[in-house]
Amino acid sequence: MAIEDDVLVIGGGLAGVTAALAAAEQSGRVRLVTYKQSTLRHASGLIDVLGYTPDGAGPLVDPFDALEALPEGHPYERVGVEAVREALAFFDEIAGNAYSGSHTDANALVPTHGGTVKPTARYPVSTAAGLASDPQETLLVGFETLPDFEAPLAAAHLEAAGAPFSARGVTLSFPGIARDDAKVTRYAHLLDHDESVATKAGEIGAREALAAAVEPHLENESRVGFPAILGDDRADEVRADLVAALGADVFEIPMGPPSLPGMRLEDLLYRALEDAGVRVTSGVPVIEYETHADDGDRIDHVVVDRNGTEIPYRADQYVLATGGLVGKGVRSERERVFEPIFNCHVSHATDRYDWFVEDVFGDQPYARFGLAPDRDLRPLGADGEPEFSNLRAAGAVLGGYDFAAEKSGAGVSLATGYVAGTRAGEEGER
Amino acid sequence: MSDAEQPTDDHVPGDDEFEPIQVFPEAEEMDLRPGADNCYKCSTCDTNCPVAEVDDEFPGPKFQGPEQWRLKRQDDQDIDDSVMKCSNCMRCDSACPSEVPLSQMHNTARGEYVEENMSKFSREYVRNRILSNYRRLAPLASAFPRTANFVMGLSVTKWMGEKTLGITSEREFPEFATETFREWWAKRGGNATSKTRAREARVARDAQVENPDKRIAYFHGCYSNYNTPEVAKALVRVYEHFGYEIMVPDQSCSGTPMFANGMLDDARRAAETNVSELRDALEDGADIVASCSSCSMSLRQEYPELFDFEGTEDVASNTWDAVEYLRVHEDLEAELEGTSVEDEEFAYHAPCHSRNQGLDGQTIEVVDAIDGIEAHDVGDSCSGISGTYGWKEEHYETSMKIGEEMFEHMDDAPAETGLTECPTCSMQMEHGTGYEIKHTLEVLEAALVGTDRGADGRRHQEAG
Repeated sequence: MAIEDDVLVIGGGLAGVTAALAAAEQSGRVRLVTYKQSTLRHASGLIDVLGYTPDGAGPLVDPFDALEALPEGHPYERVGVEAVREALAFFDEIAGNAYSGSHTDANALVPTHGGTVKPTARYPVSTAAGLASDPQETLLVGFETLPDFEAPLAAAHLEAAGAPFSARGVTLSFPGIARDDAKVTRYAHLLDHDESVATKAGEIGAREALAAAVEPHLENESRVGFPAILGDDRADEVRADLVAALGADVFEIPMGPPSLPGMRLEDLLYRALEDAGVRVTSGVPVIEYETHADDGDRIDHVVVDRNGTEIPYRADQYVLATGGLVGKGVRSERERVFEPIFNCHVSHATDRYDWFVEDVFGDQPYARFGLAPDRDLRPLGADGEPEFSNLRAAGAVLGGYDFAAEKSGAGVSLATGYVAGTRAGEEGER
Repeated sequence: MSDAEQPTDDHVPGDDEFEPIQVFPEAEEMDLRPGADNCYKCSTCDTNCPVAEVDDEFPGPKFQGPEQWRLKRQDDQDIDDSVMKCSNCMRCDSACPSEVPLSQMHNTARGEYVEENMSKFSREYVRNRILSNYRRLAPLASAFPRTANFVMGLSVTKWMGEKTLGITSEREFPEFATETFREWWAKRGGNATSKTRAREARVARDAQVENPDKRIAYFHGCYSNYNTPEVAKALVRVYEHFGYEIMVPDQSCSGTPMFANGMLDDARRAAETNVSELRDALEDGADIVASCSSCSMSLRQEYPELFDFEGTEDVASNTWDAVEYLRVHEDLEAELEGTSVEDEEFAYHAPCHSRNQGLDGQTIEVVDAIDGIEAHDVGDSCSGISGTYGWKEEHYETSMKIGEEMFEHMDDAPAETGLTECPTCSMQMEHGTGYEIKHTLEVLEAALVGTDRGADGRRHQEAG
């Protein structure tokens, strides 16, 4: 016996979850298997579609203008522009009120913790009041115990980058946090639960204490930006309390990993999986596969490793969404770059000195390593033929694009996840 | 374990050609090295640590593992005492995107801390030794269960426990059953009876093509033997229903509480007994099945990480969670389809040690097939008790703060009964909400076998 489903999605990031949800729309029984926690926890929580062209032009005002012109083999070119729009609409449906940006095709400019601005298509509501296109005067607040965000420096960068408002930064001590390296979850927990903390004014709730610490520094600014630590489960409530206490708009600046907006997005997506009846198996890796006895091009089942015990999982259709080099869906050794589960073909130079270029910010070949799919997202072998008839791939495991340079990671995951999942769901009826 | 040996956690699919490079050839002793170099400090583990989330003093898993190992390369550097604040929930393991074997490093560090930095005469050491060796005291208590339950329930006992040992007086000691599972098993006729019943069940199921040697060795663990034999009995009845012959080999504690307290010598002794007994069972053609998620975690992951008795790997790779085994070897869901029980709603909490084994969705999936049962997942928070952790006076408050989210979600769920596979999680669930808590196997038993147990007698009712 194997554990049986119609569609099996391997990988629990944005692409995998989108694929599973899209497949579930087609009314099959869908399972998602994920090994380690997804790299969503590293993600900013912003949904970029395309911020810069592969040639480096940008920031782009309208990503859709540029999508048509992408080179052959780019994941967006494979699925087509219409699918990108459908995938975004699909995401908007899932995200509901938690995300903004769906009213326009244009990219929004969101300030980052380094004081640059990032072009993005959808952004968490917590960042909405901070958009760089909005001319409100801005106070940025950093904390002594949170060295990842240097508020005065970020404010200076924003002004230097030509933001249409004046920005000022202050560094405060966070009420109730003493550790130099307190975890971001600690800050969020304090605010979520409004725990009492000791202040000069006595023991008061953490939200009130935070507002009281910021208040004296507020001059004529009408909005205040904090690093993204303002609560986890009750982030909306925390922000609303701060807005009321400060009499100013409050927004969050996306931070590097580990990132609370990434975790909130993860929670939102996994709740959607639960609501859609997708079965989730996490904490165990898929290590290999078996093909059908009488059809070598068709995957019969995959094998999940549970600490040495090998457990078969069978489905009719499979989606591979295991991530790229960071998520370890694509791996490298000294002599080769490979996809570890199905050993799908990954095109790369035989000499590893050709995998990179000297200029760190140059056009790095390794950034584009990944699987090359057909227009149905079936990974292609070296001969240009699909590797398997019932395997599709989505997200960063695909090659042909440089998501870091293009700012296209989330958009590609959504679009390819949506297409791969929909197709798998359509074909995956038992 | 050699210094350069590949850590067991680093399961890189497709890397069979791994060639170890001997970096520090002088190191023969196990140390904190394995996998430390894989850590690129993304800190994802820290965001998963339930202790760091509520305790500003705790530096988190990244520090306890890879960072501490680097500090340890200096000769005069002791293990930091904060390692005793780690609750061994092992969540950091599945959090790490880079396959750093964090819990293995924590277990090793804790062992070294207790060995070298903790006085063997300190109250803390004595207390931890007592808590982690619950298995040694339990037989005595269960020989006189009513007396033990009475004495343990006295406020003076609890007061003494807190004052002299640092065991929190906030908790109720779990009651000892008046008949242990093993006593019941022996009285019922042991393996021979099970063999007969399994054969009858196979005939009744008309399973002519099935393997007549369907056999499992049950690792019941301490808690279902001494405290909740109804869980162990449920396993027996469910497995016999499917035609399995059950063996109950001699066994010691799984070692989980010992790892969590840095008592690696005690854990080693227990593991040696278990590995040798279970290895014999494997030779008799049985697979090993456990009903407690921490016991299975221990046999499957911690043993091969920390010990290398003959057969450790075999035991690990042939040990199963009781429900998962049936899902893979039988068509459990088809069997449950169409069964019905009296309407009951459950608030289900997945224990960390189920979560780490990829089993967190399983109970909900399986009980969904039973008519009348509705199980609501109460989310992914840790219960906070983590075995002996929440029993310590100094950790009680932390433990309850961690559990708060679970209590709230249990209260919100439209259910008044809890459901989980971990004995200490169930203590915490009961402590925080006052709900009665059941094990998944008890639900399966009700659906597949019914609750009228005939010759086996009704569920034991505690007199005291």
